[in-house]
Amino acid sequence: MATTTPGRARPTQPGPDGGNGKGKPAMTDRARAERALGLKLAAPAAIIMLLVTAYPILYAFYLSLFRYDLRTPEMNEFVGLSNYALILTSGVWWQSVLATTIITVVSVALELVIGLAFALVMHRAIFGRRTVRTSILIPYGIITVIAAFAFRFAVSPDTGFLPGDLNPLGNSIGSFATIIITEVWKTTPFMSLLLLAGLATVPEEMQEAAKVDGATAWQRLWKVTLPNMKAAILVALLFRTLDAFRIFDTVFVQTAGANNTQTISGVGYNTLVSRVNLGLGSAVSMLLFLMIILIAFLFVKGFKTNLGTVKGK
Amino acid sequence: MSVGTTLGGEKTGAERRRPGGKNRDDRPAADASRTKGQTLWIVGTIVIVAYAMFPVLWIASLSFKPAADVGDGRLIPQTFSLDNYRDIFTSGEFVRPLINSIGISLITTLIAVVVAAFAAYAIARLEFPGKTILLSGALAIAMFPPVSIIGPLFNIWRTIGLYDTWPGLILPYMTFALPLAIWTLTAFFREIPYDLEEAAQVDGATPFQAFRQVIMPLALPGIFTAAIIVFIFCWNDFLFAISLTSTDNARTVPAATAFFTASSNFINPTGQIAAAAIVVTVPIIIMVLVFQRRIVAGLTAGAVKG
Repeated sequence: MATTTPGRARPTQPGPDGGNGKGKPAMTDRARAERALGLKLAAPAAIIMLLVTAYPILYAFYLSLFRYDLRTPEMNEFVGLSNYALILTSGVWWQSVLATTIITVVSVALELVIGLAFALVMHRAIFGRRTVRTSILIPYGIITVIAAFAFRFAVSPDTGFLPGDLNPLGNSIGSFATIIITEVWKTTPFMSLLLLAGLATVPEEMQEAAKVDGATAWQRLWKVTLPNMKAAILVALLFRTLDAFRIFDTVFVQTAGANNTQTISGVGYNTLVSRVNLGLGSAVSMLLFLMIILIAFLFVKGFKTNLGTVKGK
Repeated sequence: MSVGTTLGGEKTGAERRRPGGKNRDDRPAADASRTKGQTLWIVGTIVIVAYAMFPVLWIASLSFKPAADVGDGRLIPQTFSLDNYRDIFTSGEFVRPLINSIGISLITTLIAVVVAAFAAYAIARLEFPGKTILLSGALAIAMFPPVSIIGPLFNIWRTIGLYDTWPGLILPYMTFALPLAIWTLTAFFREIPYDLEEAAQVDGATPFQAFRQVIMPLALPGIFTAAIIVFIFCWNDFLFAISLTSTDNARTVPAATAFFTASSNFINPTGQIAAAAIVVTVPIIIMVLVFQRRIVAGLTAGAVKG
């Protein structure tokens, strides 16, 4: 999906569909002007993106190979991969990988189910369509930190409404539950809007045909609706998984990493900013970066095979 | 979640979509299952609205409670008080971050949308080498974890004097603002009929004239949508804001709220945080209410059609 280009023939490739006048074999003046303009228009964006991401990423990789601690600058030296070795043998790291994975998997799974239910309601609702679409955007518009505070206050014994001395943020399971509920609340709307767009592409006639054939509503959901919106589901899952895996704000506000909830981004932040150990911290962030790439790669692979089977039918 | 059962009434929804279905009495009292299905959809609607509103109501309620009532556990405050709002606007811990948030988010949005509009037009309409790389590169950048670059930025910014300044946040915000704007705008540009430019070109307009005089006016709603979405993302950032600022000089509202200290030393700052939360949330809610349709279109355009 990332690599599609508009369905126009390239100027250099003569094509049967040269209807736009762009399909000429030799590069015309027009095509050359177009090419020059295209490069000129795209250049600023490309340069800024390279400058603010590619350069820092490379610099982070460079730093990750050094002992580089701002508190002891005289001891900075090249240490090769030993920062990585230190991290991969540390319990803190694996604890954060576990916490991040738990939060990501549980919250994305819940978001998919709830988001689908919401999308179905929004797709079919007759009464208050506008109200429902507007209200579902509210969590999306709210600052994550604020949402995290809202839920923290709501469940804390001194400011909340839970009965008695119940304090979810005092133990591990309660902390995970609170963090996950906050994440789900905040990001399900995005998921459901993507799914809603997917629902709109499911042909109504297929639903009708299945109905005539006597399929129950449940069968129609599983056999007609869901298979037809596979692409939308995968896109939504990809976006949300990658986003959830870098979770930071909610954990910072609600537990600050207590009760085993520290995430990978949290460990990176603590090492880099609180302890100004740029070498070790950069190695943590490089590892997170690699994991994100791996997740994206797996999704795109699954995506291609799935789309392939759909097209093959 | 009773998705299966609620599906029973779906045809009703599709067929009988009418403004305000409250007066259902005029309908032939035919099948009960339809009415039942419709009731389920209405219940679903109410559930969604309640879901979206609840935490907001809770924090709004906290913001109006006087310090003594913060722990009473009631949704409706016993006594309404504006003390928390007065506190945050007089203590200075909030006003300056609010100005920072507005300024930094607006400047980032402006730069990102202008730069992205050029790139998106080129991607949607022109043939030039590397445009696929640009588009997929933008997506990749949008997905990468911000914590990956805060270390280097922290180091570089301190050396060149950008640490704790507005440009020091605006630059890293480009990492998500630009890809977001490029994707949204490319989707919008692709929807503008190509014939219009063809006509302009036949009339002798250069590609740039076609862009400026034909495309831009048509693309304005899309550009506006992209701006809203980018603004919400900038407004939301926390990690860059706490990593690359240290004082009120550039600290934004999310970062400031997380470090709030109570104006009185004896109470915790819950009420003030709640008031600050409401102040930064209400404008966004109003924006969402007014531009609901556009935001939905913008959020889903890039993702599904690509």
